[in-house]
Amino acid sequence: MAVADLPAGQAPEAPRDDTPAIRTKGLTKRYGQFTAVDKLDLVVKYGEVFGLLGPNGAGKTTTILMLLGLSEPTAGTARVLNMDPARSPLAVKRQVGYLPDNVGFYGAMTGRQNVRYTARLNGIERRTAEERIDALLDRVGLSTVADARVDTYSRGMRQRLGLADVLVKEPSIVILDEPTTAIDPAGVSEVLDLVRDLARDGAAVLLASHLLHQVQQVCDRVGIFVAGKLVANGPMGQLAEQLGAGPIEIEITAPGLVDELRGVAERVAGVTSVTTDQRDERILIVSATSDVRTELARAFVAAGHPPSHLRRRGDELDEIYRRYFAASETEAA
Amino acid sequence: MTADSRSMRLRGESGRGRRRKRGLPRPEAPTPATSESARDDRVPGLRPGWRVIAAKEFADHVLSVRFLVLTVVLGLAAAAAVYASAGGIREQAESATGAPSLFLYLFTLQPQGSQIPSFVYFIAFLAPLLGIAFGFDGINGERSEGTLPRLISQPIHRDDVVNGKFVAGLAAITIIFIAVTSIVAAIGVLQLGILPGPEDVVRLLIWIAMAVIYVGLWLALALLASVVFRRAATSALVAIAVWLLLTLFAALVVGLVAGIIAPVSTEATVDQQIANLTLQQNLARLSPNQLFTEATQAVLNPSIRTFDIVALIQVGSEQRAIPSILSLEQSLLVIWPQVVALIALTATAFAVAYVAFMRQEVRA
Repeated sequence: MAVADLPAGQAPEAPRDDTPAIRTKGLTKRYGQFTAVDKLDLVVKYGEVFGLLGPNGAGKTTTILMLLGLSEPTAGTARVLNMDPARSPLAVKRQVGYLPDNVGFYGAMTGRQNVRYTARLNGIERRTAEERIDALLDRVGLSTVADARVDTYSRGMRQRLGLADVLVKEPSIVILDEPTTAIDPAGVSEVLDLVRDLARDGAAVLLASHLLHQVQQVCDRVGIFVAGKLVANGPMGQLAEQLGAGPIEIEITAPGLVDELRGVAERVAGVTSVTTDQRDERILIVSATSDVRTELARAFVAAGHPPSHLRRRGDELDEIYRRYFAASETEAA
Repeated sequence: MTADSRSMRLRGESGRGRRRKRGLPRPEAPTPATSESARDDRVPGLRPGWRVIAAKEFADHVLSVRFLVLTVVLGLAAAAAVYASAGGIREQAESATGAPSLFLYLFTLQPQGSQIPSFVYFIAFLAPLLGIAFGFDGINGERSEGTLPRLISQPIHRDDVVNGKFVAGLAAITIIFIAVTSIVAAIGVLQLGILPGPEDVVRLLIWIAMAVIYVGLWLALALLASVVFRRAATSALVAIAVWLLLTLFAALVVGLVAGIIAPVSTEATVDQQIANLTLQQNLARLSPNQLFTEATQAVLNPSIRTFDIVALIQVGSEQRAIPSILSLEQSLLVIWPQVVALIALTATAFAVAYVAFMRQEVRA
C-alpha cells in the first residue's frame, strides 16, 4: 500500500521495525445473533492517520473496545503494539490513548484535576505530570480555564480537554472516537492539525468518525466500515478503484449548444451514455466504462469547445461514502 | 487499615479466580520483551489502580456535602444519646456497685423513661444510611457523567474501579465512626469523670470494626444497586427500601411467619412458646440488623453471656446465676457466630456487586 512508505522514518520515537501498531485478523464480535464486527482485517502503522469511516452503529466503537482489551473478540485476533490486548490489557492501555465518544469528566473537579487523575492512573511521576499537563492544556487552548470546574465547560471545551487527557500519557497509539463532534469549525481544524502533528511525531492514529470531510482532510488511509464489515480500505485515491463495480461518471461543461456537445461526447470511445445534470442543464454527465477524461477533453478541444469544467464523479469521498452507505441500507431493508 | 486488607482478600477470592477461569493471567507491568519498552520513559510498575481510585474517591467523599451532613447528624444523635445515658448512669452508679464497666454504659444505656435511645441503637439504625450514601451512585454516577469509558481505558483492571470505590467508602465510614465515638467518649469523660479502662477501649475498637463491617454490607448493597440501575435516584431508592424492609418491617414479618410455623395458642405449653420464640429469634437473625445488634450488646455489655432463649430463661428465673462479668475473650466467643455471619454477608454482597460489574458491557 502506498501509504506504507509514509514518514515513519521521520519520527525519532517510532520503532523502526515494520510491525504495525495495530493489526487485526478476522476480528469478529457477536452479541447473540447480531454480528457487530465481522471478520475485520485492519492494519494501522506508526506515523499514519487511519480513518475508520462509518455510520453510527457500524461497529466502530465495538472494534475500538476490542483493541483496548475492554471487550473480548468472539473470533479472530487483534495485535496492538505487538501484544494481545485481551491478555495484556494494562500494557496496551498504558500506551494507547483513547478518547471515547462523548467523553465525560468529573464535573466537580477542575480540568487540571481531571487530567492529573488520569496521569496518576498511568503512574506518571508527579513533576513530569505537572509539566505535561501545563503544556497540553496550553496546546489545546484551555490554559485560561484550567482551574475552573469542568461543570462550567462547554461541550467543545470538554472535547479539547479530552484530547489533553489522552495525550498526557504520551501514547504511541491514539484512538479517537468522533473527536470533532460538538466542536465549532475553527476548533475542528485545530483538532485536525493536532491529529496530524501526532502522526508526524510517530504515533499511530486511528480516527473513527462519520464526518467524511474531516476524515478526508487528515487521514492517510481510510477504511469504510459498514454494518461490521470493512467494505473498502486504502488511500483516498484508491478507494474509487476498489469500488470497481458501476460506471464512471464524468461531469463536463463547455460553451456551446448542449446537443452539439452531447454528440461530441458520444463519439468518444468507451462512453456508454450522455445525459444532462438534473439541476443544471449545462453540465453534461458522461458515463463511461473507464476514466476517459483525457480523451473527452481532447475531443472537445478538437471540436472547438474547450471544456470549462471537467470532473470525475465518485472521486470524492463524499460520493464513495454515499454509494457504500446506500448499498448497506438496501441490504438491511 | 482493616478496610484495605479486607478488600484485598475479597479481590483475591472473587477476582483472581474469575480471571483464571477465563484463561486471562493477571499481567504485570508492561512486558519487557516488546519493542515498545524502549519508548517507555516512565517508572516501571504502576501503582495498583484501585489505590489511585480509592484515594480520589476518598477525597471526594471527605470533601462532599453528604459526608458533612452525615457526620453532623450522627454527631448530634450521639450527643443527645450520651447526655441522656449520662443522667441514667448517675442513678445506676449509686445503686449498683460492682456493675460492669460504667464507661461502656455511656454507649448502651437507655435510662428508664427516657425518650432518647442509646448511642448504639442510633448507630445500628442509622449506619446503613452511611453505606447507602457512599455507594448508591458509585457506578451509575460514572456512567451518567460519561467518565466510565475514559476511566477503564486507563491502565487499570476493571475490578479496580469497584474495589477502589468500596475501599474508599469503608475508609470514609471508618473516619465518621471514629470521630463520632470519640465525641461520645469525650463527653462522657467530661460529664461523668469516668476514664475508660484498657479493656473498655479494646471493646469499643472491636465494636467500631464490627460497625464498619456492618456498614460495609450496606455499602456493597448500594454499589450493587448502582451497578444494576441506570439512574442514581433509582438505586438510592431501592437501597433505602431494602434498609427499611430489613430494619422496620423485619420484626413484623418474623412474628407473622413464626406464628404460622410454630403457632402459639392461649393455652400453649411452655415448649410451644419456646419453640415460637426460638424460631422468631432465628428468623430475625436473617436480618443483618439483628446480627449487629446482638453483637453490639455482647461486646459492649460484659454481663451478657448468652442469647439463647432457653438459657436466658434458666439463668434469669429458676437457677439464678450469680451476676458476673465476662472477660473480653468470653464476650467474643458469645458473638462469634454473629460476627462471622456479618462478615460472610458483607463479603457475599460485595462479591455479587463485583461480578455484576465485571459482566456488564462497557457501553451498556
